[in-house]
Amino acid sequence: MNKVKDFWSLIGPVFTILIAITAIWYASAVWLNSAWAYDKAKRANVTISFSEMVTDTMMQEKPLLPSPHQVIKEIYKTTVLKKVTSKRSLIWHGWITLSATLLGFAFGTALGILLAVGIVFSKSMDMSVMPWVITSQTIPILAIAPMIIVVLNAIGVSGLLPKAIISMYLSFFPVVVGMVKGLRSPDQMQLDQMRTWSAPKTTSFWKLRLPSSMPYLFASLKIGVAASLVGAIVGELPTGAVAGLGARLLAGSYYGQTIQIWSALICAAILAASLVAIIGVIERITLRRMGIQI
Amino acid sequence: MNESVISATDLSLTFETNDGPVHALQDINLDIEKGEFVSFIGPSGCGKTTLLRVIADLETPTKGVIKVNDMAASEARMERAYGYVFQAAGLYPWRTIGGNIKLPLEIMGYNKLEQKERVSRVLELVELSGFDKKFPWQLSGGMQQRASIARALAFDADILLMDEPFGALDEIVRDHLNEQLLKLWSTTKKTIGFVTHSIPEAVFLSSKIVVMSPRPGRISKIIKSNLPSERTLEIRDSKEFLDIAAQVRDELRKGSSDE
Repeated sequence: MNKVKDFWSLIGPVFTILIAITAIWYASAVWLNSAWAYDKAKRANVTISFSEMVTDTMMQEKPLLPSPHQVIKEIYKTTVLKKVTSKRSLIWHGWITLSATLLGFAFGTALGILLAVGIVFSKSMDMSVMPWVITSQTIPILAIAPMIIVVLNAIGVSGLLPKAIISMYLSFFPVVVGMVKGLRSPDQMQLDQMRTWSAPKTTSFWKLRLPSSMPYLFASLKIGVAASLVGAIVGELPTGAVAGLGARLLAGSYYGQTIQIWSALICAAILAASLVAIIGVIERITLRRMGIQI
Repeated sequence: MNESVISATDLSLTFETNDGPVHALQDINLDIEKGEFVSFIGPSGCGKTTLLRVIADLETPTKGVIKVNDMAASEARMERAYGYVFQAAGLYPWRTIGGNIKLPLEIMGYNKLEQKERVSRVLELVELSGFDKKFPWQLSGGMQQRASIARALAFDADILLMDEPFGALDEIVRDHLNEQLLKLWSTTKKTIGFVTHSIPEAVFLSSKIVVMSPRPGRISKIIKSNLPSERTLEIRDSKEFLDIAAQVRDELRKGSSDE
């Protein structure tokens, strides 16, 4: 009995919001697509009732806003019903984006941690690097992404790597900021304590600073992985839209395939949520192993 | 005359702040002999903690000489001459109690077997045997502080410096820990420097009480205790105890009426 109650207190709020979003979505679809439905009827010289109009807004081929079931049907069609190797499979496109995301995320995390260590240990790095790290994020990624692709292409690098680099560009930032904060989180007393044991700097890094930074690192990784996915999608836009979720988005917008755009969008969202959730699980396991209560 | 373990000569420390210089310590002259239990007592701002930190080489004096084990304080710190207990237990939440006590031993390069032996030995000293696998959050505040004392005892330092270690604990726990600390002192024969702002605590524990006064931080009087070294809490009702406590109180009052 209690278990059922626990389950609902966990799922209930999520479920409620989901229903609300779906309702708003359907209402919006009717409202936005009605103009086209009336337009069609007018040109055919027929008058349609309200319920006929509503039915029409649910099944247009290129609606302004596709209804949820159209999107779900499209996703089902392009994932379950298509072979994974097919160029029409959303799983195939998703994997292409995911691989760039993961590679870029790994680069970004490594770069972020390295920079943070440098910034914490060297005052001159703190003064010189940090402003550039912040400046890097004020440049719109949409402006710099094509440059990266073009420049790398000119020196013969194409495919996965340029996209991963754009991912890295977005994902290293939260890691730097979080890790600098985390590595500086030990208080003066804890640092004094290390001094009383005349511990070398490297020792206090490995035994105090690094473990202290773990909660901060995981918070940053969650933001970083989502940013990585955005980076990979943005990186796919200027490549001529051959493969990946970004390509699906761009191709969809070329041909007015709104259903395709929305299904790619939803897939990207599901992917991002899953990545964040996976990091959340690793976070829980790691911090619990470390004995830290969360 | 015993050998002097800690000696300060004409020691001064001035902090430069935006509001001008702050004389944290001025002309401190002090000798602590081997095996003594010395308390530093005074109102806040009298520099008692700063003095302890100077001994520990956590602060550098601007004038004068501080010697620990006949070495400069910085050398003594490098030689790991003392264990330091802070006001907060400062145990790492991601390490067990045993792991926390092992930490300085790992840093100092003791082998695994010896680490284990020492952990169980010091846990017994502070009456925490069987708690080595527990995490800090599973222990009460008093137990955590005992674990941090155990950590300071784990390596072979003859000096134990304690900065208001029981300041954050309630009176009952504090009394109990005071008794334990005395027992510990008599079994380990360590030289102890102990900062406190409690008169009964200082009188109960110490063989020597250093009364300090603020602005500038200086020693106003050093009171030797004639209480027997074997003490129980009941001694606090004895005439000798109350006499010494009265002396300390008078001296503290004098110091603060200067203003």
